[in-house]
Amino acid sequence: MTNHWIDIKNSNVVVIMGGNAAEAHPVGFGWVTEAMEHNGAKLVVVDPRFTRSAALADCYAPLRSGTDIAFLLGLSRYLIDTKQVNYDYVKAYTNASYIVRDDFEFNEGLFSGFDEKSRTYDKETWYYELDDQGYAKIDESLNHPRCVWNLLKQHVERYDFETVSNITGTPVEDYEKVCALIGSTYTHDKAATFMYALGWTHHTKGTQNIRSMAMVQLLLGNIGVLGGGVNALRGHSNVQGATDMGLLCQALPGYLKLPSDKDTSLQTYLDHHTPKALRPGQTNYWSNYPKFFISQMKSFWGENATAENSFGYDWLPKWDKQYDFTKHIDMMYHGEVNGYFIQGVNAINSMPNRNKTLAAFSKLKFMVVMDPLATETSVFWQNNSEFNDVDPSQIQTQVFRLPTTLFAEEEGCIVNSGRWMQWHWKGANAPGESKPDAEILSGILMKLRELYKEEGGVLPEPIQAVNWNYHNPHFPHGSEVAKELNGIDLKTGKQLDSFSQLKDDGSTACGCWIYSGSWTEEGNMMARRDNSDPSGKGITPGWAFSWPANRRVLYNRASCDVNGKPWDPKRTIVEWKHGKWHGIDQGDFNMKLTPQESAHPFIMQPEGVGRFFALDHLAEGPFPEHYEPMESPIGTNPLHPKVISNPAVRMLDGVAETLGSHKEFPYVCTTYCVTEHFNFWTTHCRLAAISMPETFVEIDEVLAAAKGINNGDWIQVSSKRGSLKIKALVTKRLQPLKVNGQLVHTVGLPRHGGYNALTRKNSSCNILTTEVGDANTQVPEFKAFLVNIAKAEEI
Amino acid sequence: MDRRQFFKLCGCGATTSAISALGLMPGTAMAAPREYKLLKAKETRNNCCYCSVGCGLLMYSHGSNGKNAEKAIFHIEGDADHPVNRGSLCPKGAGLVDYVNSPNRNHFPEVREPGTNEWQRISWNEAFGRIARLMKDDRDANFIEKNSDGNTVNRWLTTGMMTSSAQPNEGAFITHKFARSLGLVAIDTIARN
Repeated sequence: MTNHWIDIKNSNVVVIMGGNAAEAHPVGFGWVTEAMEHNGAKLVVVDPRFTRSAALADCYAPLRSGTDIAFLLGLSRYLIDTKQVNYDYVKAYTNASYIVRDDFEFNEGLFSGFDEKSRTYDKETWYYELDDQGYAKIDESLNHPRCVWNLLKQHVERYDFETVSNITGTPVEDYEKVCALIGSTYTHDKAATFMYALGWTHHTKGTQNIRSMAMVQLLLGNIGVLGGGVNALRGHSNVQGATDMGLLCQALPGYLKLPSDKDTSLQTYLDHHTPKALRPGQTNYWSNYPKFFISQMKSFWGENATAENSFGYDWLPKWDKQYDFTKHIDMMYHGEVNGYFIQGVNAINSMPNRNKTLAAFSKLKFMVVMDPLATETSVFWQNNSEFNDVDPSQIQTQVFRLPTTLFAEEEGCIVNSGRWMQWHWKGANAPGESKPDAEILSGILMKLRELYKEEGGVLPEPIQAVNWNYHNPHFPHGSEVAKELNGIDLKTGKQLDSFSQLKDDGSTACGCWIYSGSWTEEGNMMARRDNSDPSGKGITPGWAFSWPANRRVLYNRASCDVNGKPWDPKRTIVEWKHGKWHGIDQGDFNMKLTPQESAHPFIMQPEGVGRFFALDHLAEGPFPEHYEPMESPIGTNPLHPKVISNPAVRMLDGVAETLGSHKEFPYVCTTYCVTEHFNFWTTHCRLAAISMPETFVEIDEVLAAAKGINNGDWIQVSSKRGSLKIKALVTKRLQPLKVNGQLVHTVGLPRHGGYNALTRKNSSCNILTTEVGDANTQVPEFKAFLVNIAKAEEI
Repeated sequence: MDRRQFFKLCGCGATTSAISALGLMPGTAMAAPREYKLLKAKETRNNCCYCSVGCGLLMYSHGSNGKNAEKAIFHIEGDADHPVNRGSLCPKGAGLVDYVNSPNRNHFPEVREPGTNEWQRISWNEAFGRIARLMKDDRDANFIEKNSDGNTVNRWLTTGMMTSSAQPNEGAFITHKFARSLGLVAIDTIARN
């Protein structure tokens, strides 16, 4: 979230799209109803299903799953056509005026530089025209035919109401209503917020779904202001923290990059990731990259990181390709992986294409499951009739199941969607011999150290060098690690106050630069509990710690004009008065600068502005474009029939054959959560198991009638990858939509089905899903794939 | 109750109040209400472990805090001081005590040997030792120190890790250091789904 949960109360229009906060984030949704009751806000919900969020909406519009980009680009077109654009904001704080290279093109669904064979783009042309000094050329009048503004207008021109409706299935009159409501916030005194979740990320163009919305927010001037923003409703309680901690195949903590084969030395690596400013006088905060990275290496390797050994740079593994879980499970499937750790994830149920995952796990030599619960994953080798039809004697995987503590039995910090780092305390011991994850991994590491000392082996240095200098190396305590994350001045031994104190000479150590300030000499800032809200705007500066630097609303410099005057006096966050900055929040910029010097609110960008044109940062283009899901119910793309789905999607060998056609599998299937269950965890809780004892499939009344299916009948749902039997729930919540001259039906599948819990035995929805994922993140397309349905015998 | 009885009762009440004012009431009422069950419980602050709203929790546990007394959590409710949830919880959060005390919790380290159909309980020491052995053998056999261009890459691809999004940051950082120091590249989190 650029903003935070309470800030939703300051909105005038709340848009929930790609999420269902009322059911999946119910308490957070309380701030939506707060905005409706006390701020006169209108709620807009766009979703394939009439969800409980939709039930409270002032305006609901259905759309076909996987067509959000068409919906949002059409909205951008409408805003530009009707001049419902915050021009002051767009001119000052976006790259609308920047001139794009002459050789950049978009034709028939493809941007310039596409290579059909490798399914990738050479992105050289996706860039600004630069002057002699390497700065981007701009035309403030917005008249230059190659400026971003004119390219954007041209790009969205095709998305008129009829075209959008033809793709999305949204009736034109509903669409117009949504556009008008959102458009009403283009003025300085109104703001809209967008709340999205996995409904946007679970697509082969998930990243571009979110970008399309961010572009709408830039057009309306809604980023950096109270009640506005780009607000991801994240899933797990600490998935934000796990992402901050860089637990991804190409990442390091604090959004630093794990080096690749191309980064052959420390200097090459730092040059590669330290951007040069693209306009004069920029903050360009990533120019501090070397300070963040060297300090992190000091935290990783301690005294063993020296200038002479490039601060341990060589010890870091380098990647040659993206080894995300889809890729790694595919390698397992092909017998190329021997060992796998599964920590707190019910992988066999959560991963796409369950049959392939099961076959892949069965080829492992060993698996280590660390979990508080006896999940289906830990017993993937056990026969459970048709729910897990395996022969244990044929599975040669050695499986270790290690009991872990859960939240109530450990101390530490978790980070919520609003970037609040909140400290929690231990209330009881865990049952039996359970241990925290940190203690388990330390135990294994200490054994490995012993073994390498005794026997030698390949590259033992980093295993011995890694900084495990904790009071008890067998069990690092939360407070010790939290201090390490904050960072320390190695000369004075004092905790740092802020990331501005980090050095690139090895004299500071800091595990995660964005967390600097969370545990200073004054103590644990994450444990603060002052809930006062002096401004009344929901900023509670004394409650916990919000990274970075306790800033509650990101990009808040954009809440003022170039001269530091708030666009809307009722929404003042920061303000330049009497030669100084004042504010109710920490400025998300250098508050020592004058308004004119700091008039580039997007400080992490080398040009300091929000981007309509994303340069070369995404895999499938600098502008979003509507592509069909990999399995399209219409089998074509009405905009460009030769380029149907996302051309830059990664296709692993053999996966194309697992995709079905709309002729064989005519219905769109989408997966989601019900409010009673949190994925599979709660299937192990009595109360939740009682309130929602089984899973089901939702189908619309027209389809049910055509197939002779009644409420409660057992049906078989099948995709190209597998099939399952499940009870039907015939509902008005889903309606067939008219798309490209045909009627498209959507079936909905809640994803809490499991067979090893307190609920009734059910199959996992992921028997049906595909592993093909977003071209940038590889997040699988769980939200739009094709199935067929038929009546079935009861099980 | 009729009018007469009502007046009798009022009179009775007035007399009782007068007696109590004179200090004549016995110390303990004979029919005292059951004591509020949270009174003697220990209160611990925490945050909900499910979604990312991060609701504040109050967890109540029994136990005298004596050295040999095990605390056990028997009640969890929303923290009224928390600025986001202001004391409320959703249907999942309201049932958290059933997650903590789920009958399906794992209690001991266990191993399932290849081709067999049951778990065997083992000690932590055995678990650490055997896992370290398997890892070392795989790492030593498959570690890639240099790529085909002769550049140092120090990666280990034949073992991977799916990491948790529910553990605290501190555990996550330990996980990161553990993985990278061994040369693991294929680490991932449920952040992707």
